[in-house]
Amino acid sequence: MGEIESFFVWLNEAHGINLSIFYDAFDRSRLLRGALTTISLSCICLVLSIAIGIAGAWLQGSRVRLVRNVVQVYIQFFRNTPPLVQLFFFYFALGSILPMVQDTHGADVPLISNFGWAVISFSFFAGAFNVEIFRAGIEAVPRTTVEAAEALGYSRLKAYIWIILPLAFRVCLPALNNNLVNLVKTTTLAYAIGVPELFYAAAQIWSEVLNVQEMMNVLLVAFVAIVGAVVWLVARVERLLRIPGYHA
Amino acid sequence: MVALKDVRKSFGPLEVLKGVSLSVMKGEVACIIGPSGSGKSTLIRCINALTPIDSGSIKVEGQEVNTPDLDKLTLRRKVGIIFQQYNLFPHKTALQNIMMAPIQVLKQDRQEVESRARNLLKRVGLEGKESGYPGELSGGQQQRVAIARSLAMNPDVMLFDEVTAALDPETVKEVLVTIKELARDGMTCIIVTHEMAFARELADQVYFTDKGVIVEHGRPDAFFSNPQDPRSRQFLNRIL
Repeated sequence: MGEIESFFVWLNEAHGINLSIFYDAFDRSRLLRGALTTISLSCICLVLSIAIGIAGAWLQGSRVRLVRNVVQVYIQFFRNTPPLVQLFFFYFALGSILPMVQDTHGADVPLISNFGWAVISFSFFAGAFNVEIFRAGIEAVPRTTVEAAEALGYSRLKAYIWIILPLAFRVCLPALNNNLVNLVKTTTLAYAIGVPELFYAAAQIWSEVLNVQEMMNVLLVAFVAIVGAVVWLVARVERLLRIPGYHA
Repeated sequence: MVALKDVRKSFGPLEVLKGVSLSVMKGEVACIIGPSGSGKSTLIRCINALTPIDSGSIKVEGQEVNTPDLDKLTLRRKVGIIFQQYNLFPHKTALQNIMMAPIQVLKQDRQEVESRARNLLKRVGLEGKESGYPGELSGGQQQRVAIARSLAMNPDVMLFDEVTAALDPETVKEVLVTIKELARDGMTCIIVTHEMAFARELADQVYFTDKGVIVEHGRPDAFFSNPQDPRSRQFLNRIL
């Protein structure tokens, strides 16, 4: 037993502070796997929700009324309903009508796993907010800049990709940052459909080891670290994209 | 080259162009002058379809602009426009601003475009500013980059929409010199301007607009020394 392990065993025996994750290999690996699941769930949803935001904001400017209305309904639906209800809707309502498929061992498994449903649900949830965030950014791009692109022969899509989006993205980074932080925190809801993310792992540990207080603190510290990393990353991107002499 | 016939345009209840006709030959420089709100800017913005018109005909090298099946890309390749506020892309350097459209819109070869862009920057007197961002350049420098950016598309006609109106007096000259050189190289130019001395020196034709109509047009020496219409006379008296 290493020094660290002995210290935490002593801490438990002498003071009753039971951080089993530091001396019990099984608990530690459960928690680390949970953290890894949270991180990968967050990363996938982050990328997908930004993609949805970019695509949705583009479609919002469509000349076809039906397309604009569909985007509007999507935003209203996902913004005005609780994310937990959405998750249950996807997992229980939609999941139950999808066919089962056989895995490599020949066992019946659902077409979309609970992790898959969490990805879909949270991406659409955060994506709805991202559409509005990108729209605000797009509206901040001067009309005259778009006109200059038009005059140079840019089509609507090309102007969006090369000129409007790069400028809008810079404007909406602070708001995007907020929403992404929220997204990472929302991933804990996946606990409710049995995705073994950080919260789920912590709950498993505390129900067996009976160290609720300790694990609560571990959980909070872990999220401070993960969300801190996201905030740091966005701040870095913001610095990287800073334009010399612009908005100075 | 460019021919407008009975062009009408209203913004809501306000009729800005009330049947404007003009024609500009290849290599000619036409200057459009007149009081603010007389429809000058609208007039030239119609030529490359930035502002759609209500009725009338606009032809650029035989291509009708006022038609629902207008091929905008072909038109905008032929017609470059320079704006009062330069409208450079702020997130790109001077050189990139010039290179973007030929590469992204015309799909031209990057290396060939880059060497052409460097030459254009030299031509507008901005050698050494390649990697400067618009926010780091002065107004006059930005406007010259905008001219180079437009030239990179090899247009046949250039429209200038009060391009010196936002500049401070010292930098007005550097932009006017650039335009003069362009005109002397044979570029067809349609210029909306308040710089009367410039119009007088450079123009082949001067058009005076007031309240949405062309009141008078003619050779610059005749127009400036002996305006026929009372409205042009009054305008020139007030500003000269």
